[in-house]
Amino acid sequence: MLNNLIFVNTVRFLLLVLVQVLLLNQINLFGYVNPYLYLLFIIIYPFTGNKSLLIFLSFLLGLFVDFFSDSGGIHAAACVSIAFIRPFILKYSFGISYEYNTIKISSEDYMKQFIYVGSMVFIHHFILFALEIFNINHFVLFLNSILFSSIFSIVLILSTITLFSRK
Amino acid sequence: MQQILFFFIRNKNFLLFTLLFSISIFLTIQTHAYHKNRFVNSSTYLTGSIYSLKSSITSYFSLKKENILLIEENSRIRKELESYRNNITIYAIDTASIYSKYYFSHAKVINNSFSKTKNKLTINKGINDHLKTDQGVVTSKGIVGIIDNVSNKYATIQSILNTNSQINAKLKKSKHFGSLIWNTEDPYLVQLIDIPRLAPVKIGDTIVTGGKSTIFPEGILIGKVKDFRLTEDKNSKYLNIELFNDMTNLEHIYVIRNQDSNEIINLEKETNDAK
Repeated sequence: MLNNLIFVNTVRFLLLVLVQVLLLNQINLFGYVNPYLYLLFIIIYPFTGNKSLLIFLSFLLGLFVDFFSDSGGIHAAACVSIAFIRPFILKYSFGISYEYNTIKISSEDYMKQFIYVGSMVFIHHFILFALEIFNINHFVLFLNSILFSSIFSIVLILSTITLFSRK
Repeated sequence: MQQILFFFIRNKNFLLFTLLFSISIFLTIQTHAYHKNRFVNSSTYLTGSIYSLKSSITSYFSLKKENILLIEENSRIRKELESYRNNITIYAIDTASIYSKYYFSHAKVINNSFSKTKNKLTINKGINDHLKTDQGVVTSKGIVGIIDNVSNKYATIQSILNTNSQINAKLKKSKHFGSLIWNTEDPYLVQLIDIPRLAPVKIGDTIVTGGKSTIFPEGILIGKVKDFRLTEDKNSKYLNIELFNDMTNLEHIYVIRNQDSNEIINLEKETNDAK
């Protein structure tokens, strides 16, 4: 069971990085909008799993994406941050009970899913674009990037969760 | 002692987060300076080989367009050659004996970005093909950028669509110099700043490289003037340049190697040291 879990997460990690850098980073809708599906790894990492391990794995995940997109450490910084605050977001979107029940995200109702995924994606994108653009002169570009990329990412992540859930 | 140990164990997540977050920020700040990002870049062996695998598949889709580009370039070069033949008698056809300060080698773009504020490209040649940092990169239509990082087989290029990029350029007609920058708004438009107020500028004027550095030879095409205005302090003009190159769709590029660049750089360094 444990080995199976490690295997599934490793495959998911590698698959998401490859899909992200080879497919999704090439979309550039309207010139600057890209969805970031690789967050799915952090979002659906087992809720009761080791938190320190998640923070470390998120750092690796972000760093891999950074290597491919020549962006220094911006993805790593954003990923580490959402991995760290994930317990708080989980508590406030699914209630205190998430720690004791082995709930599955795909079996929760859509509103709760949306709040959870939405806050994770929004915080990630906020840190990501703040570090990338890093210039007050491009404030409109910053807001646009956050807004449109967030919408795109949230839709993609929620549909992936629905598509791949085993019911 | 036990207290300290307990403190660490209790806050291990927070400490780990702080450590990894600072590493990321450190790496980010490094990339804000030109060719300082030695650790995280896509010219490494692993990322390079994955990108060239991708490019070997996707390059089939643009074969038609690339062929047309090559034919266009060939016909233009042929025309130039004919005009030379008519003017001078060539004694030797041996091209190896023609001396040129600049060597051109070709490479293929295996990854391209244009939607960020600091855009980079990755190409499939590196140190093994005599590529070094600070060599210029062009296509048959115009400039692309400057080599930033090299590994044995791959290299990354700082695109002209990068807020760190600043390239010497001039008006082809009046020879007034300025710096080429990018305001991140449009991948088809770059900006030429520091053009003197009195310089005559017309919409449609051609902009070429200035040749004031060892990176690009003089007169490489950049784009044409789309519109222009005076800056707020009324001392210089701010020009919007429409690029000849389609930066969103690059495939084959040429790397320029200046034979004399070492000599020039050494000389300049000696002059500076002597002061």
